[in-house]
Amino acid sequence: MWSGDFGFVLENLVFKDFKVRYRNMSLGVFWSLLNPLITMSVLFLVFGIMLPNGVKGYPVFVLCGLIPFNFFSIAWATGTNSLVDNAGLIKRVPIPREVVPIASVLANCLHLLIQIGMLLTFVMLFGYGVNRHWMWLPVVWGLEIVFVLGLVLACSALDVYLRDMRYLVESTNVLLFWLVPIVYGYEKIPAKYSEIYSWNPIAAMVMALRRILMDGAAPGATLIGKLALGSVASLAMGWMVFRALHRRFYDHL
Amino acid sequence: MERIVFDSVSKTFSLGGGRKLLRGHLQDLIGRGGGPSFYALRNVSFTLRDGESLAVIGSNGAGKSTLLNLATQVCDPNAGQVKVNGRVSAVLELGSGFHYDLTGAENLRLNASLSGLDRRKTAMLFDEIVEFSGVGEFIDQPLRTYSAGMTMRLAFSVAIHTDPDILIVDEVMGVGDQAFHAKCFDRILGFRKAGKTILCASHAADMLRLMCERAIWLDHGQVILHGKLEEVLAAYQGRTVGQV
Repeated sequence: MWSGDFGFVLENLVFKDFKVRYRNMSLGVFWSLLNPLITMSVLFLVFGIMLPNGVKGYPVFVLCGLIPFNFFSIAWATGTNSLVDNAGLIKRVPIPREVVPIASVLANCLHLLIQIGMLLTFVMLFGYGVNRHWMWLPVVWGLEIVFVLGLVLACSALDVYLRDMRYLVESTNVLLFWLVPIVYGYEKIPAKYSEIYSWNPIAAMVMALRRILMDGAAPGATLIGKLALGSVASLAMGWMVFRALHRRFYDHL
Repeated sequence: MERIVFDSVSKTFSLGGGRKLLRGHLQDLIGRGGGPSFYALRNVSFTLRDGESLAVIGSNGAGKSTLLNLATQVCDPNAGQVKVNGRVSAVLELGSGFHYDLTGAENLRLNASLSGLDRRKTAMLFDEIVEFSGVGEFIDQPLRTYSAGMTMRLAFSVAIHTDPDILIVDEVMGVGDQAFHAKCFDRILGFRKAGKTILCASHAADMLRLMCERAIWLDHGQVILHGKLEEVLAAYQGRTVGQV
């Protein structure tokens, strides 16, 4: 059996993903910042000026939605392709297979870290200030990462067998952009759907962020409970799917 | 100590590109699937102990690489058992696990970690690996600026420095130059003297004579002959010539 240093492999793969993405770009890692800024500006132009929806601090409001959503959609999509993209590794080196999708998600976490820095800067610039509920931030971000990790483990394994997976993920992401409260607020959801709506961990994530950063309040216990339940369920499900499928990866890659 | 044991090992692959269309999956579900499959290896058995070296020869598609992959444990057999005891270092394909946008040094670290070296050992061996590979100041350049020979030298240099109990080499040495070959053979002879186990596949008879004492001749996944290298080589070359 392979008897190497799992952590060292993970670290090397994470940095590989991170470096390779922007290595040949002249703006390098600034794309991490530019991307959400551009989207935010466009959304502000449309929903802040052309069709004003009356939300206070709309740029921060939008960023609170965009940053967790962008992380989710990009990490999910790249993670889903990770095994197929690294077929050369899977077929030639007996490393534990799960290291590949995990590294893919963690590489995206580095981009997330940069974007969270930008989000907090905007929060300060718009005068919301630091409050003690910021201590919830690591918890909610951690739960989102766990949620993505579970989803990526399952989808990357399925993608080996069904290459359609990546298109399914892309299409779901387009849909999800409008199903997550990015451009609008949670209060716009009709009451009879609001219960089921907040079971979507990404929606719950956005709502929690706005409560912490903009309302200066703790995210409700039920909200955190739903988010935690969703994340743990996702990880357990992802792990089981991956375990069930990983033995035949070689034959299908 | 028994390092590699193949016990009636068979490996099949399904034909039809893995049946990735919906129709294929539905057929699988209702049990009409399976489709035609072919044997890459059929009923192969051998044992390699400490200090033994085995060459795998045969024409293209005979199952040499499948055998090596099974020994590296990147895949499981469909029937029979593969047992491997000890640390394996494998050079299966030129630059597998290398990324062309990373520098030589970054690739070296990545590959060292994949081959099972930990952080401390990698740092310790770094200079030695670079020295052996002979890529010199190119080590800080992106790999896409490397020639095929340089890439191979770096890959091989990492593999040979991981201090394995078992060395598995697929035909990757072809691209190295004479000087590097000589260095590699020195190293491999050292391995043999140290009582390590070697498993390799190649078409180059001269190289095999230096590396191995026994050989297995595969044809369409089946063992035709297993014995002393010279005897197997003679039989194989006789047959190949005879067919033409």
